[in-house]
Formats: sequence, C-alpha cells, structure tokens
Amino acid sequence: MIHLENVSKRYPGGQEALSGLDLDVETGEMVFVTGHSGAGKSTLLRLIALIERPTSGQVIVDNCNTRKVKRRKIPAYRRQIGMVFQDHKLLYDRPVSDNVALPLIIAGVRHRDAIRRVRAALDQVGLLHKEKQSPETLSAGEQQRVGIARAIVTRPKLLIADEPTGNLDPDLSLEVMRIFRRFNEVGVTLLIASHDIALIDRLGCRRIALEEGRLQPAEHDSWL
Amino acid sequence: MALTRHSDAVAPVRASGPISIWATRHASTAIGALGRLFRQPFASLMIVLVIAVTLALPASIHLVIQNARALSGSWDNALDFSVYLKQDLSVADAEALGKLLGQRADVDSVELITAEAALAEFKQQSGFGEALEQLAENPLPHALIVRPGDGNTSASIGLLQEEIGNLPEVEIVQIDTDWVQRFHAILDIVRQAIVIGAALLGLAIVVIIGNTIRLDIENRRDEIEVTKLLGASNAFVRRPFLWSGFWFGFFGGLMALALVLLGLHLLEGPIARLAGLYQSNLAIAALSVEEGAGIVAVGVVLGWFGSWLTAARHMRRIEPR
Repeated sequence: MIHLENVSKRYPGGQEALSGLDLDVETGEMVFVTGHSGAGKSTLLRLIALIERPTSGQVIVDNCNTRKVKRRKIPAYRRQIGMVFQDHKLLYDRPVSDNVALPLIIAGVRHRDAIRRVRAALDQVGLLHKEKQSPETLSAGEQQRVGIARAIVTRPKLLIADEPTGNLDPDLSLEVMRIFRRFNEVGVTLLIASHDIALIDRLGCRRIALEEGRLQPAEHDSWL
Repeated sequence: MALTRHSDAVAPVRASGPISIWATRHASTAIGALGRLFRQPFASLMIVLVIAVTLALPASIHLVIQNARALSGSWDNALDFSVYLKQDLSVADAEALGKLLGQRADVDSVELITAEAALAEFKQQSGFGEALEQLAENPLPHALIVRPGDGNTSASIGLLQEEIGNLPEVEIVQIDTDWVQRFHAILDIVRQAIVIGAALLGLAIVVIIGNTIRLDIENRRDEIEVTKLLGASNAFVRRPFLWSGFWFGFFGGLMALALVLLGLHLLEGPIARLAGLYQSNLAIAALSVEEGAGIVAVGVVLGWFGSWLTAARHMRRIEPR
C-alpha cells in the first residue's frame, strides 16, 4: 500500500527531516511510526498526504507514484486517504454531524446517502447520540473520535494519523486505538505516528522507529 | 488500482451525476452564503449600501441626461426662427407675405415686426439710443417671426426654412437652434464623463467587494485549510466566497434600484408643478424594466467578479501546513 524508496526531505533551512528512508507498508497492515519529536514522523505522513513533496526518492501510495500527481490532482488524491490529526482539526461553527459530513460534501455524495453514512460513521466511534452537538461541548477524547469518524466516512483504504492520542490520557488513548484496530480488522490499512510506546506494545502491532530521519536499526531489527 | 485514476469521486463513494452534483453544490453553497450574510446583518447592510450608492449615482445621472435630451429634443421642433426681409420691401408687402406664410400647413403662426418697431426696441435695449437718433434712415429691415407647426420634424423644419429663404422678398433666414446644438454637445460630454465615472465607480465596487471577501477568507482560514486537507479543490473552497460576492452585488443592485426609484418619486411633484407653469405635458422619463434589470445585473457581475478576483488569488495561497 505504501512504498518509500530512498526518500529524503530537506527543508529550506537546510535541516534534513528524512534521509534516504526506505519503507514498505502492506495492504491491511496497521503500522506505528515512533520516534522523538523532530525524528521525521510528521514529515513522513505529510509526504504520503502530499502536503509536502520529497526532495528526492519515490513515495508510492496504492500503486500511485506521488511524484506524478499534478498539483491540480492533489485534492482528488487526498480524498482517497483518511486523515486524523493530533488537534482534531474540527470546525467549531457547525455540529458534529456536519463535521463528519464534510468529506462527503466535498466528494459530491447525495444528501440522503451522506446522512446515512454520517450516522454509520458516528455509530462506529460510539458518538451517534451526539451528532447534533457542537464539537466544543465534547471532551477531547470525543472530539478525536469525531475526527476519526470524519476520516473514515468516505471508507478510505488507507488511514494515516499523526499523534492521534497526543492530547489524551491513557484510557482514552486505548479507546481510540481500539477503534483504529476495528477498522484494521475490516481491511483498512493504517499508518499511525505516535510516541506512546507502551500503548503500542500492548496492541502488538508492527513498529517503525525513526531517528533523525532514518530508520532506527535496533528497533527495525528487533521486529524482523 | 491507482489512486489518481478516479478523478473526482472517491473510489468507494458512489457519487451522483456530475451535473446534478454541480447544481446541488451551487444551490447549497448559495443558500449557505446567503445565510452567512444574514447572520451579520449590520456589516452586510453597510456593504450593500455602499454598493447601492455607488451604482445609483451613475444610474441617476444617466436618467437626468436622458430627460434633458428628451426635453431639448422637444424644443428643437417648436423653435421659432426669424425671417429678415429685403430692405426695400414695404410694410404692406411684408404683411401680405406674412399672411401667405401663415396659411401654410407646416406653419403655426407668423408675427410681423416692422422695421420701426425693431428700431424702437433696439434703441430701448441697446443703450445706443442717442447715437441711433443721428441715423438718417432706419437701417433695419422688416422681419417675420415664424413658428413652425407641431407636426414638424427637424428635417421638415429645415426644408421650410430653406423654402422661405429662397423667396425673392427674403434677405436671410436666421435660425436660433445653435444653442440647442451646443446644449446637446454639452450633454454628450457629460454623458462621456458619466461613462468614465461609472467605470471608476465599478472599479470601486470590485475593490470594496474584493476587500470584504479577503477579510472573510482570513476569518475562515482554518476552515479552508481543513477543507483542503480533506481533499477539497480550489474551486470547492472558492465557491462560497463567489456566492457571497454574488449576493452583495445582487442586494446592492436592488437597493440602488430602490434609491433611483425613490429619487424619481421625489422629483415627480416638482416636475409636475414646472410642467403646469409651462402648460406643457412635460413628464419625467422613468426607468425602463430593462434599465432596472441592468442595474441589478451590473451589481451581480461586479460582485461576482470582485470576489472571484480575490478568492482566486487567496485560495491558491492558503495551503495546509
């Protein structure tokens, strides 16, 4: 599903976020990317979401070489990927249901279908009863679940999440991870950036450790 | 299956037909934009008012010019002209010629001013009274003031003047329409100035709306970023702002129309009184339906264009970080 080949990303300041990274994520996998802040986790996800482009190397997502995606085609490309953010990125001027419906509106789904699918997505994260509320009235954990519902409402094959539990306490984090797990069980490929190693180990998923833009050999080997 | 191959619709999502998507999206964004307008009634009203005044100004001046032209056009036809007769013509002959001309179908009336009467008037008015006393004989000829009939066009009046001018008793025909032509020339200049002024005011509307939309975009920057992260195209994020511009222009145009109609209504009384004084059926030319629709259409076009100009520029700049 995701294939990185010798990917480097250097920012204008000269700082190298990723250097010569090779990485493979198979379809149906649930993989965690760990590392200190600044290790390149976010950059990796941003390259996959085409928020940024690599300085060199290939990023291939679902058989599509992102280098060949023209600027004009980026929106259509992004619609194929579900994204979850540390700060949820919800819109607070509209109710929960409208937040979840946003990707469907962007995709031009019929209103009736959209309503049905929004309810289904909210049901999957256990927030159907709060669909009419404003996101502001929800707890941090609930807001993150709304963010997840929004990410999966278009039923993407790939879901990427950048520190989805970064602002949550351990119990809520575990709950969020279990939701991810359930999506993984129905075939969604997940790539999750997190530094919560204890939690990841409890889930027993594959873990990729980044350090200064490279794969950390020890971690990598231990998994192999 | 490559991701980019499905151009618009998300693979697992079944989207409806492209045209109905397009129409539905536009309809819902239009209503959404209208809703936002009404959620800030005071700010919106201010902008609409500015646009209305800016549109109403050239529209009303245009109306004034049109009315002035119509008015002066009617003077054109009802204009008297002076026929100066040969010096040696007797008063009796002049009187006979006057009667003859007065019988013509295209002539309403003829008035004879004898040389003596003309000299007396001239002495009184010019202030050269004493100098004129020294003259041995009256240098002035008899003259006829011809008033053409109502049925005349400016062409038939020209013909009438030419015919009279060719009569053997006539020295010269003096046409007093020069000032009317000058008046028309002035009106044309004013009209040109209005066109230039209207263009500048149109530019002002584009700038006003552009600035309003720019502030709106800044206020909704987060929303635009999130929407783009979720795969919205530039066209998608631009759409609500285009509709805001549309509504500003539309309501601005409607209000401009209302202002012009109000102005006409206020002028109706004084003009009727003036018409009464002149015993004419002078009436103000009102706005035609086409002109009224034109004002609103100009508002809409300028509003849409102003927001498009701004949105197109800013949307490309706002990218998720």
